[in-house]
Amino acid sequence: MSDLSGIQRGHSYYEADARQRISHLLDPGSFQEILGPAERLTSPHLEPLGQPCSFNDGIIIGSGSLNGLKVLVASQEGGFMGGAVGEVHGAKLTGLLERAQDERPSAVLLLLESGGVRLHEANAGLIAISEVIRALLATRFAGTPVLGLIGGAYGCFGGMGIVARCCDALIINEEGRLGLSGPDVIETTMGVEEFDSNDRALVWRTLGGKHRYLLGEVQCLVEDDINAFRSAVINAIPTVHPLSLESLQQEHLRLARRLADYGHCRDGAEIWSEMGINDPHKLPLMDIQSFMATVADKGQE
Amino acid sequence: MEHLQFEFKGSGNRTGCQQTTLVGVVSSGNLEVMLEHSELLGLCRINVSTSAKGFAEIWQAVLSDFAARYDLSNLQISINDAGATPAVVCLRLGQALDDYLEASS
Repeated sequence: MSDLSGIQRGHSYYEADARQRISHLLDPGSFQEILGPAERLTSPHLEPLGQPCSFNDGIIIGSGSLNGLKVLVASQEGGFMGGAVGEVHGAKLTGLLERAQDERPSAVLLLLESGGVRLHEANAGLIAISEVIRALLATRFAGTPVLGLIGGAYGCFGGMGIVARCCDALIINEEGRLGLSGPDVIETTMGVEEFDSNDRALVWRTLGGKHRYLLGEVQCLVEDDINAFRSAVINAIPTVHPLSLESLQQEHLRLARRLADYGHCRDGAEIWSEMGINDPHKLPLMDIQSFMATVADKGQE
Repeated sequence: MEHLQFEFKGSGNRTGCQQTTLVGVVSSGNLEVMLEHSELLGLCRINVSTSAKGFAEIWQAVLSDFAARYDLSNLQISINDAGATPAVVCLRLGQALDDYLEASS
């Protein structure tokens, strides 16, 4: 019999569901759900298509405290339709961001896990995404930081990939993936020669947390532990600067430079090599601590 | 989709709470179960929405076994199912009831 009682185990962000993530991220017992399951605010589009509904429509929203700071939080459930955004799901997210403009919490935390728009309610989902982006930017402009957390099995893609990159800062674990078109979509539309979605090493070299961190798309890379996400959020909140035209212009310059520097690369490993990282092929195997030590002055321009 | 409703009579000895409990996720082979206190004249009412059609008899067997084992009254149970097996349904119901009774105590 192995004795596991002495091992201190954290809570894996990757393994947790949307509700568990909220309860371990926020101060214990502080979460107050808005439009909880008993309200039965379900999708009107799924039933006619013979698809089961969820009482939350795949997203949990509410308020709570984190290290004593008041925050608003939304958590997408990847297990329900891949976290895809439908009409109600999107409206809950938009409503939460609009509420932030009135209540001015210390931050809005978006626990993102989504394949993008829910194709069963395509037009409503697309409109919802644009409304979310509008509300998110208005919230930032009003001076409330919006932070995105990514690290679930379904990654963060499509419209929600865009939403993620509209946040002030993103926090990701190694398992997390962020992109616009997901691996399967690229393979389906461009062919397996372009991108082999079954090549998991390739998928993580191009869309995974470490690469997204090196490219400067996410600001913080953490262990797969909800407590590590919590600490990262606490550290990130005071570093956020208000949205300004100048900061946007700087970001555009950075992206143009990045495209010029790495646009010709075919793989994440090529980019790491060009960043001056020795033995780039070893990066995927490193734990977060050694990874951060190795790339300390690389990437994240 | 198939919508089923079952009602079971309890002794009324077990009291519930006002707090709603929800466990599980509507994903393939899984289900979500919501428990709510409701004045149902001692009944436990279970509403099932399932994507798997034609399994009413199995639901009847699983749910009546559950109701008989726990003697539930004035409880509304609502289920969104995406093709969970009877074993998974039993586990989720037990998990939901544990959470619900913990919240009541």
